[in-house]
Amino acid sequence: MSNATALRPHAESGTFGNAEPLLTVSNLSLGVRRGSNETKIVDDVSFDVNAKNRFGIVGESGSGKSMTLRAIAGLLPRGVEILSGQIAYRGRDLAAFSASERRALMGPEIAMIFQEPMTALNPVKRVGDQIAEGPRRHLEMSRKEARELAVDMMAKTGIPDPARRVRAYPHELSGGLRQRVMIAMALSCRPKLLLCDEPTTALDVTVQHQVLRQLEDLCDDFGAALVFVTHDLAVVNQTCSDLAVMYAGRLVESGPVKDIFRDPRHPYTRGLLDSAPDFDRPNRELLAIPGFPVNLADRPVGCSFAPRCSFAQKSCLTRSPSLEVVAPGRTAACFRTEELFQEGSE
Amino acid sequence: MTHVSVLQLSGITKRYEMPAPVWEKVTKQRVSVPSLIALDGIDIDLRRGEILALVGESGSGKSTLAKVLVGSVTPTTGELTYNGEPMPVPRGKDLTRRIQMVFQDPYSSLNPRISVRSLLSELLLLHRIVPRQQVRAECVRLLNLVGLDEDALDAYPSQFSGGQRQRIAIARALAVRPDILIADEPVSALDVSVQATILDLFDSLREELGLTILFIAHNLAVVQHLSQRVAVMYLGRIVEVADTDELFARPQHPYTRSLIASIPRMSGDSVNAAELLEGEPPSPIDVPAGCRFHPRCPVAVDACRSTDPALRTVPAGALSGAHEIACILDDPPPFVGADTAPHEKENR
Amino acid sequence: MSTPTGILAEYRAQRAVSKPASRTIKPWYQNMPLVAGAIVVGVLVLIAVLAPVIAPYDPIAQNLQETLQSPSSEHWLGTDKFGRDVFSRLIWGARVDLRVGFIAVIIPFTFGTIIGGLAGYFGGWFDIIVMRIVDVFFAFPFFVMIIALVFIFGAGESSIYLAIAIVSWVAYAKIVRGEVIVAKEQDYVVGAQLGGMSHMRILFRHIGPNVLSQAIIYAMSDIVMDIMAIVALGYLGLGIAPPVAEWGSMILEGQEFITTHWMQATVPGLIVVVTSLGVSWLGDGLSDLLNPDRRK
Repeated sequence: MSNATALRPHAESGTFGNAEPLLTVSNLSLGVRRGSNETKIVDDVSFDVNAKNRFGIVGESGSGKSMTLRAIAGLLPRGVEILSGQIAYRGRDLAAFSASERRALMGPEIAMIFQEPMTALNPVKRVGDQIAEGPRRHLEMSRKEARELAVDMMAKTGIPDPARRVRAYPHELSGGLRQRVMIAMALSCRPKLLLCDEPTTALDVTVQHQVLRQLEDLCDDFGAALVFVTHDLAVVNQTCSDLAVMYAGRLVESGPVKDIFRDPRHPYTRGLLDSAPDFDRPNRELLAIPGFPVNLADRPVGCSFAPRCSFAQKSCLTRSPSLEVVAPGRTAACFRTEELFQEGSE
Repeated sequence: MTHVSVLQLSGITKRYEMPAPVWEKVTKQRVSVPSLIALDGIDIDLRRGEILALVGESGSGKSTLAKVLVGSVTPTTGELTYNGEPMPVPRGKDLTRRIQMVFQDPYSSLNPRISVRSLLSELLLLHRIVPRQQVRAECVRLLNLVGLDEDALDAYPSQFSGGQRQRIAIARALAVRPDILIADEPVSALDVSVQATILDLFDSLREELGLTILFIAHNLAVVQHLSQRVAVMYLGRIVEVADTDELFARPQHPYTRSLIASIPRMSGDSVNAAELLEGEPPSPIDVPAGCRFHPRCPVAVDACRSTDPALRTVPAGALSGAHEIACILDDPPPFVGADTAPHEKENR
Repeated sequence: MSTPTGILAEYRAQRAVSKPASRTIKPWYQNMPLVAGAIVVGVLVLIAVLAPVIAPYDPIAQNLQETLQSPSSEHWLGTDKFGRDVFSRLIWGARVDLRVGFIAVIIPFTFGTIIGGLAGYFGGWFDIIVMRIVDVFFAFPFFVMIIALVFIFGAGESSIYLAIAIVSWVAYAKIVRGEVIVAKEQDYVVGAQLGGMSHMRILFRHIGPNVLSQAIIYAMSDIVMDIMAIVALGYLGLGIAPPVAEWGSMILEGQEFITTHWMQATVPGLIVVVTSLGVSWLGDGLSDLLNPDRRK
């Protein structure tokens, strides 16, 4: 229990320092077990998120990015389980937490924002009460204090006329406002780690822009780290400082966003960047990645990306490359990364 | 540069009457019958062989417009002219065939219990596109056209990935040899890495078959890449139309400028934090008086509250065609801080 | 990107870009309820079909010298008050009860599905009228309605079919209508309309196969209900006219002697339970088989 008290939000977060990462995911594998055969949805994924860092995870459908996030939040869907590896928060394995310790963690330490706020909000409760619920439980606030905090949080997330809107029900708000309510709810206990699963995918561009800027500002104000899962490269570029690229449940590349965008070290990352239309380079030809995503139940031996990779060679089809350091702070899982991607070459 | 108009829309309006409250029905008082104005006087030409992009946020009426064009929604007022002839309502089997549609969700748009072969051959036989003995060959030709092999013929939709399904949906639309293809957000449900192939497919269909395509999208980067002309919609109105290069080089309407400013950029040093648009699109049930954009417009003047501007032509760049906007301001002043002061987000 | 050569081209040819991925659906034999249900129902149907061969005695032949005998090597389940062999009557009873149960669903299934499909697809006044009628029928308990109707029409097999048809089509109509309303919002229906197809063609060829599975699954539980109804009617003396062997009337006749010859009422009752269980399992199994994840 002494450890749990150390995790209270009142604890001086500064004392943890930057030496130890806030979140450590090591060799995490998630999957579905049916009888003796297991299908790996996430395979041997490791990464660190430091305090106040903005960490993006990019991948396409089936890449396992959302599952990884859900595993961190302890919200894996039925049937999906952690096959191996561990997730450590401030150096402590989350699996070692008791159910009540875990509950105490969600809110004041870790919070999550979902893609579709309508399904994540309770339709029959006023949004103000939903925002106030966390602070009342975790911070032992009085009803009045919590209500005031809710109004304050709604104002901070850019909801106009928050004093009136606290009494609204989710269905009375537009998609953009609902997502802001979700953000207000997630940040109401000032968590140190905010998990975002495609938080702006369902929103219009102008609203997406507002919501993202607001989210960034709030995370800066509260000193929260962000783990941001999305399929949209441009959004990652504008929101995150570090990036992990996932393909077919595996991490294929990680490093600072700017470096990866300027000089990708994995053929898949390169392919993704080449296939996405870039508003600032309208005349560039879009190069799609040939083929289609692998069927996870029938994963090829060797590198999962090899069947779609233009640079694949014989060894790629027989052995699976592991994540290697390719430059300071950067890793990539490709046998040919050295010869293909020389520093400065295109 | 002569443009042949293949489909002309004039004054297309669609309003949905909202159900009146019960007590008003009972007392026969029709005090307020609110109506949802999905489309409010749309005038635009579709030119033969072009890809016209229609962009706008949710609630702008772009999907309703698509349904009007294919005939599954009848406009309240206004007229559609197809190849110089007014389009009858309801349109016959042959006119229905001329305008086909590709949908956003490739999972909902293919019947899970109908194989690719029977999907295509049913249409070919119904419209007598080819003689019976050539149906199989024509199915294969259609599949090849959209980049699929003969193997796909006897498969069911569940056996395909999203991108492949979208190709089958395109083959279905092409089977009846249409003139016009309405594509409603056809790539937004697909993975980034396959989006490009579908975009290329649309481009090659336009080039090789001379198809006219109305491409509905919210992703401006995609639009910029693919289309020849762009129409921007806001709350049931077209607020700006211009050639793609012209529109993105010299956006005139304040809304278009905000849209462009909001696009998330791939290069880190882009400027876009300055033209941030306040608020969200109002509901089409309660359209603001005057210019419908004025409550959110950063450069609105008093006159905007009372004047509802119509589309008017403004001077365009040398190589571009007409550039039309629905804004009373001539050359709207730049937003505060735009271009001049790149407002980079701090500590990034 | 450059074109692949050598080994990779070969490899990719095997996993060709346009080749449909293989479906990963559980094979039917791993579907436990389906297998169990099929075995139980299969055995029962086999018994019914082979009744003349396997039944040791004539089910209606009376033998007043050997009434109310206890189970013996000659009469495995003993004899009833008319000296008829209970085991043989049980076997012949399967013929009647299964036949009536299965035939009785055909008319309401067909009628209800068509009416519900039309109501869901076209909507409007037709839909309103149909649904009000459905609501009226749903307001009364199933068995009460059946018994009342059979009482009005008079006992007998055709009355039972008629009563069941009148009462149970509404359930099919309601199920299919709901399914059609969901299905007609799918883009593939709009696609078919743009293909210039007639409404009937869209409804029956395109929407039909997607909504029928729900009706078929319901039909399985309906068979159980129908068998229960026949048994109940038999028990009330409104069913198939004696002396035909039928499980319900066997329970009725055996009840008199429940204290001395308990097997005469209990065994037919158990058979009814086993039959219901088997058909229900079959229904469960079919719902797995017919509704593999609808999306993706």
